[in-house]
Amino acid sequence: MSDQKPEAADLGGLKDRIVEAYPEKVGKNRAKHILVKDGNGGNKIDANAKTIPGIITTRGCAFAGCKGVVLGPIKDVVNLVHGPVGCSYYSWLTRRNFAKADDNGKNFLQYCVTTDMQEGDIVFGGEKRLMQALREVKEALDPEAIVISATCPVGLIGDDISTVAKEAEAELGIKVFSANCEGYKGVSQSVGHHIACNALMENVVGTEEPEDATPFDINIFGEYNIGGDLWNIRPLLERIGYRILSTYTGDASIHDIAKAPRAKLNVLMCHRSINYATQMFWEKYALPWLKVNYIGVAETARSLREMAEFFDDQTLTENTEKVIAAEMERITPALERYQERLDGKRIMLFVGGSRSHHFQHLSEELGMNVVMAGYEFAHRDDYEGRQVLADMKETAISRVVPDLHYERESGCEPPADLEQKKDELGGHLLDYEGMIAHMKKGALIVDDLNHFETEAIIRELQPDVFCSGIKDKYVVEKMGVPSRQLHSYDYSGPYTGFDGALIFAKDIDMAVSTPTIKYMKPPWRKKESGSDA
Amino acid sequence: MANSHASTTNPCKMCRPLGACLAFSGVENSMVLLHGSQGCSTYMRRYISGHYNEPVDIASSSLSEQGAIYGGEANLKQGIRNVVAKYSPSVLCVATTCLTETIGDNVKMIIDDLLEEEPGLRDVKIIPVSTPSYSGSHTDGFYDSCVAILDRFARGGEDNGAVNLFPGFLSPADIRYLREVMDDCQVESMILPDCSGTLDAGIGDTFYRIPRGGTRFEDIERAGSSSCSIEFNLAGDANQSSARLLDDRFGVRGYRLPLPIGIRNSDLLFNTLSEVTAGPTPQKYQDERSRLLDAMVDAHKYLFGQRAVIYGDAEFVIAMTSFLVDAGIFPVVCASGGGNARYVAEIETITGSLDTPPAILREADFDDIYDHTLAAGADLLIGNSKGNHIARRINVPLVRVGYPIHDRIGAQRILHTGYRGAMNLLDILTNTIIARKQDDLGYGYSYM
Repeated sequence: MSDQKPEAADLGGLKDRIVEAYPEKVGKNRAKHILVKDGNGGNKIDANAKTIPGIITTRGCAFAGCKGVVLGPIKDVVNLVHGPVGCSYYSWLTRRNFAKADDNGKNFLQYCVTTDMQEGDIVFGGEKRLMQALREVKEALDPEAIVISATCPVGLIGDDISTVAKEAEAELGIKVFSANCEGYKGVSQSVGHHIACNALMENVVGTEEPEDATPFDINIFGEYNIGGDLWNIRPLLERIGYRILSTYTGDASIHDIAKAPRAKLNVLMCHRSINYATQMFWEKYALPWLKVNYIGVAETARSLREMAEFFDDQTLTENTEKVIAAEMERITPALERYQERLDGKRIMLFVGGSRSHHFQHLSEELGMNVVMAGYEFAHRDDYEGRQVLADMKETAISRVVPDLHYERESGCEPPADLEQKKDELGGHLLDYEGMIAHMKKGALIVDDLNHFETEAIIRELQPDVFCSGIKDKYVVEKMGVPSRQLHSYDYSGPYTGFDGALIFAKDIDMAVSTPTIKYMKPPWRKKESGSDA
Repeated sequence: MANSHASTTNPCKMCRPLGACLAFSGVENSMVLLHGSQGCSTYMRRYISGHYNEPVDIASSSLSEQGAIYGGEANLKQGIRNVVAKYSPSVLCVATTCLTETIGDNVKMIIDDLLEEEPGLRDVKIIPVSTPSYSGSHTDGFYDSCVAILDRFARGGEDNGAVNLFPGFLSPADIRYLREVMDDCQVESMILPDCSGTLDAGIGDTFYRIPRGGTRFEDIERAGSSSCSIEFNLAGDANQSSARLLDDRFGVRGYRLPLPIGIRNSDLLFNTLSEVTAGPTPQKYQDERSRLLDAMVDAHKYLFGQRAVIYGDAEFVIAMTSFLVDAGIFPVVCASGGGNARYVAEIETITGSLDTPPAILREADFDDIYDHTLAAGADLLIGNSKGNHIARRINVPLVRVGYPIHDRIGAQRILHTGYRGAMNLLDILTNTIIARKQDDLGYGYSYM
């Protein structure tokens, strides 16, 4: 019954109805976070603003962004969480980052290690316990490094974790560093990404040299190997002729991260979480970054071609075309079958900080219509593009973490034809156009969507599938709308690359075609005219 | 024995505020607001949703640095206003976190102040619960919450003949079963908390923002005039006993029983109900018990002498241990991330007749459990999903019971309690043992 579903023109009205349902002050605030593309008032959206208390946001905290997202996936380090037991426990493998140990056999992703602070530590300080815990971790697990992440009480009681880290490093003879990612910092997990990038930059990056170099050494930034996403990409790149020096941070070794500056190009998946690091790499090592997207068939091909264009090497270019042609031939029949089945389906995307953009290409490629998209914790540049960075005002919140700046290291020069390459690479080299540019006129964009708004939007837009995370997926399903999790993929994935596109298509097909849906209306209820079952 | 390390490796407990969220999820039309940074509510929503496969809305006062420095009063007040405006809960629990406990926010005073400012909010029962994450564990938060709500709202009065049932932390299927038992015994009962509808809801015509079900507030108010209380809480501290509170304050007679897991503990429950109602155990449950015995006779050929490691919440471990002993399984390690001296003593009593008593661990992490499991040798692990790591390392099957279970579906439907729950567990355990034996055989002989 998709013909009865509201058209784009109704969306302005929907926005008004949502805003009016709030107390006036809250409504005014939320109005700035809800946008109808190309409607009145331009395509400007408020983002990375304070969360309204009591609103049931899906956002997390600085600790979640730092330890949970960026530092957590590094496989050969132990993440020691300094704080009460909960934060460590709740971030224990929950993001489905996969990793396989390197030759040294070290993979500590299965471990959850915490100081489990007790009342006495809060009163008298927890530094002694932390130091002893570091010794125990070294003794029991012998990791390549230990990173200490702080939770809320640490900053409040004034435990000096960076000094403890220094002392432990001297005593234990392995790298020990710390991240002051107390949960109350900033407005969401976003600030934690920044803290983690700074910690890696200050303590790890550039501390080791690779044994050798190839002309096609790259790093993959902002790819966390959720559900094995990286493992779909890595073989493609290797077939073409790239060597992946490091990832940042899916399936990463701390040693690879240390050697990363010697790569020739950083390719960037998740702009939101890791653009701090790519910018610092650019400043310090003149190592440019290219915004890629390996979600979607055309986008994967586009990303591979732009990488080849950057290197401008005949063999690499030929290999790129060969790989794309072979992959396309292999997947096209299956892709076409899914395109027929999914044609015209209406999809909503609400994910963290970059995926709502990444998955739009793939959704459209499968014939679906993206009626709403939004980010949990993105900043304005993720929506509107990096050109807005200049006029994004520094607020008290954004000053919580300093932007680190570096002098360019001697001997590091950008490619001579950088400006020309920037022109050729469609705004993806050292630049990102943001999600809104991609969206269709009349599409709805919502920042920091909350539970109440999810419900209102679902009622009015009646999407065929809602892609989000575990906190909203059950709400959506209780409302009779199928869902897919785009954070951890409902135990499915990987969704990257050519094969990943088919897996995503299969999963969406499963969501919209499951026979269960037709039993939603019980037999004892009379069929009502005009309502969707 | 208790953990002597400074570090905890793979914890076997969660933090205290989570328990408040779990307890209040079983109170009708209620919500929880965690006073702290918003990561707490997001993490806990995730951890509760993942187990029950249900939406779980937990509000947050979303404190930022400013709140951490100057106090969270403004955020808490705004948070309460917003959550009431959008959700209209009848009961709102305000639970603290390590952040607001450390800065020392006086939550009760802030709430009183807010009610002065906005008398309209007095229609909502706002209940502060202190849950510092750096002390105790989720089970403490759970019991404290039940006590807090009774402390504040239970009233005394003439004996109305009803029975209060304080089941502790059980699955929705367990609570549903216990409700059936009470109804079949023709006892008017109040079960607090009752998550049978709220954390195991169906899909109906209407979506409710706060799921239907849960203990009715009127029933909580009447708890002080019930004839008696039955509480499944053997090892908890006295000040965490709901039954004790009602006994001390209103003279409501309290029965403290173990969780009714296994035949022995279920007998205790039905004997108590028989005493309370002055009537026989309904035929239906007599029949259930006889079928359970029949099942135990069938199963003992496969189960007797199997060596099991059991871990989880203290109360749960005590009850599961007695079930295992009755089924002829040897508990070799009994471990909890919490636990106290009474927990140890209870397990010592239950396992006293065994030739080799189990290692009894309290305040243990999975590192300790692993060491003791290796030392003892085990055929079976019994507990929540977090033992998966050990199960894989030593290649023994893990039977998932308790909380949290996030790597299988159906945790909300696991029936642990009563004769029926014992049959359910017995079949799962037996078939797990048989399946492993068949898988290990290699020549595919499958007729028993």
